[in-house]
Amino acid sequence: MIKISEMETLTIKETKKQVEEKKSISGSVAVLDALLNENVNTVFGYPGGAIMPIYDALYDYNDRLEHILVRHEQGAIHAAQGYARASGKTGVVFATSGPGATNLVTGLADAMIDSTPVVCITGQVFAHLLGTDAFQETDVINITTPVTKWNHQVTDASEIPAALAKAFYIAGSGRPGPVLIDITKNAQMQLFEYEGYKKCEHIRSYRPKPIVRKEYVEEAAKLINAAERPFVIFGQGVILGKAEKEFKAFIEKAGIPAAWTIMGMSAIPTDHPLGVGMLGMHGNYGPNLLTNECDVLIAIGMRFDDRVTGRLDKYAKQAKVIHLDIDPAEIDKNVKSTVPVWGDCKETLPLLTALVESKVYPQWLQKFHDCMEKEKSTCIEPEMNPAGDILTMGEVIKTLNELTDGNAIVVTDVGQHQMVACRYAKMNHSKSNITSGGLGTMGYALPAAIGAAYGDPTRTTVAVIGDGGFQMTLQELGTIMQFKPNVKILILNNQFLGMVRQWQQLFHEKRYSFVDITSPDFVQVAKGYYIDGQRISERSQLKAALKTMLDHEGSYLLEVMVGKENNVFPMVPQGRGVAEIVLSKEEI
Amino acid sequence: MQKQEFTITVYTENQIGLLNRIAILFSKRKINIDSLNTSPSEVDSVHRFTIVINETEEVVRKLCRQIEKQVEVLKAYYNTNEEIIWQELALYKVPTEVIAEEVKVERLLSQYGAKAVVIRKDYTVFEVSGQRDETDAFIKVLEPYGLIEFVRSARVAIIKASDGFHKKLKEFEYREPSEEVIENEYLDKNEEVFEM
Repeated sequence: MIKISEMETLTIKETKKQVEEKKSISGSVAVLDALLNENVNTVFGYPGGAIMPIYDALYDYNDRLEHILVRHEQGAIHAAQGYARASGKTGVVFATSGPGATNLVTGLADAMIDSTPVVCITGQVFAHLLGTDAFQETDVINITTPVTKWNHQVTDASEIPAALAKAFYIAGSGRPGPVLIDITKNAQMQLFEYEGYKKCEHIRSYRPKPIVRKEYVEEAAKLINAAERPFVIFGQGVILGKAEKEFKAFIEKAGIPAAWTIMGMSAIPTDHPLGVGMLGMHGNYGPNLLTNECDVLIAIGMRFDDRVTGRLDKYAKQAKVIHLDIDPAEIDKNVKSTVPVWGDCKETLPLLTALVESKVYPQWLQKFHDCMEKEKSTCIEPEMNPAGDILTMGEVIKTLNELTDGNAIVVTDVGQHQMVACRYAKMNHSKSNITSGGLGTMGYALPAAIGAAYGDPTRTTVAVIGDGGFQMTLQELGTIMQFKPNVKILILNNQFLGMVRQWQQLFHEKRYSFVDITSPDFVQVAKGYYIDGQRISERSQLKAALKTMLDHEGSYLLEVMVGKENNVFPMVPQGRGVAEIVLSKEEI
Repeated sequence: MQKQEFTITVYTENQIGLLNRIAILFSKRKINIDSLNTSPSEVDSVHRFTIVINETEEVVRKLCRQIEKQVEVLKAYYNTNEEIIWQELALYKVPTEVIAEEVKVERLLSQYGAKAVVIRKDYTVFEVSGQRDETDAFIKVLEPYGLIEFVRSARVAIIKASDGFHKKLKEFEYREPSEEVIENEYLDKNEEVFEM
């Protein structure tokens, strides 16, 4: 081991010489070796002063680790999130200290609330400078504490292998989440006797999965078997638990209609006969309305977000609630459960399936279909087949469905286009819906789509983005230009910050306060980055333009001009119960 | 549900930054911490937080779940005042001259369970350990004689019904936690939970 004071004077060359002599390795090499041991092959990052030793080591790992140089650290973490969501693996980010680290905060918060496994490795100033307000020093551990599942600062190289092993274990196990490891520059440079990498499999104070109590599963099955109008609502827990098959088997045997949260979308194909649509503020009419008519509500891997429940004192008061969740803190957090089933749904669902009777509920299911008919005539039809010449977001998604046949990964940003895309996109495969659900991060889609394209390169990735959100992270076009991931960028431009405009129209007497956003010529911007594209505004061009985008070799930007003041309906207005869902603005 | 005083006992690993991680769970919900103490526990290497808040039981239960969810937290318990033995320690600095002249110190000490920690020419420091009303009462007594300094420690508490943490820790160290580790409050209150 070398003392810090000596180390600052060490040049890279000398470090390498020492490696040969002592047969020990640097902290930086230990970081990269850890990544390889965790089967990481892609890293999203941006170099800087305090992380230079790791980047120097990376120079020799080019053949084993693909590093994607983003244009902003927020882009790196969103890309890592998109990668994680498309691949089911843990996304990895490199960033430097100070501004590099603080730029990760939005993405960490997003990954935290949406349970996305991400490991961020940030550089930090030399340990002896900690607390001196050194150049690019920031207290990243304390800044990121509320938005990380776990974080840890390493000041000695010998701690690196164990810290990273813990980081990957914590990020990916149980209810996943973001982890940040802050490594001081001296620790990155320091040489230490490396004993090899050991994966972490147990931390005594951390229990990723609560023990499954069979009595509760039995109790839940009893309730389900006695139910007349059971209703399943499911979230991302099904996807994160890789329990899609188990989930499908459960609802098919029990014959229970099932609705998804925005995060749970695509866990079953969107056209599954028991799939009755999306929950939530802009979800489908039936699932919202009938939440207050079911007699047993079975919540699986979802957390009763306020956008799903509306007013809590008017939410499913008539129903017995069965709540399956891996995170004990979610049980009874918002909605009191009658029977809590703690555990990984991959384990609990098969137990439950074994105990439930094989049944069908034709009349109950018909109620959902009737609601859908009503929704179709008032909300869906005008979106799908509008009377006027002006394009709607819905028909763009409909046409996209026809061309992709529901096989694409759809990455959405935040706002009206997100709601429309999630309402109408057809999805045949799990992990097809990548969106910022909990945090609602505008600017998420473009970098997340880049990540998704690396996470699952076998599938087409379409990023559906609004004109507002695209301008928040459009610098990542530079990343696309340089590394050429195949991302189809579909901008739905309504020349407004549409969702806020909709609320101002509906709830603020149409006082449009700073929602009128001007955009650059997006096609020209893309062209500046050597990305092909076009803008259309006519229905007659739509299908051909989408086909051109999808068939294009490499990334492509298609901007579709859509109606300026279209609204998303149905809607559960804020502060109302789910049964007070409205189908048009006249009903508000 | 009525707000009342709850004492939260948290067994944790001894980690830098964990205090902040726990404290922000309270501040995020705009809950004031009345008293917070960290100390070693009955088990080597395991730390013990004692936190006092005034809240409804429902809020406290949810908070404990959030605390327990933190990676470096082993276990969090909450108890009402009836379920614990608790003490605080207070120090009082008074001018020796006045005290020696005007007060019958010995009677004072025996009556309030106080003890003189330091007696110097210029000042005397008394110590009282007890519950809030006891330490408060002693302030009233000394105030007329010119209380120079007063300080009170956080609450420390022993849970009456606890068997300590030695046995539990062993269970935590196994890879597969035993039934005991994962306390499911529903199981313990079966009848209440399953009333339909």
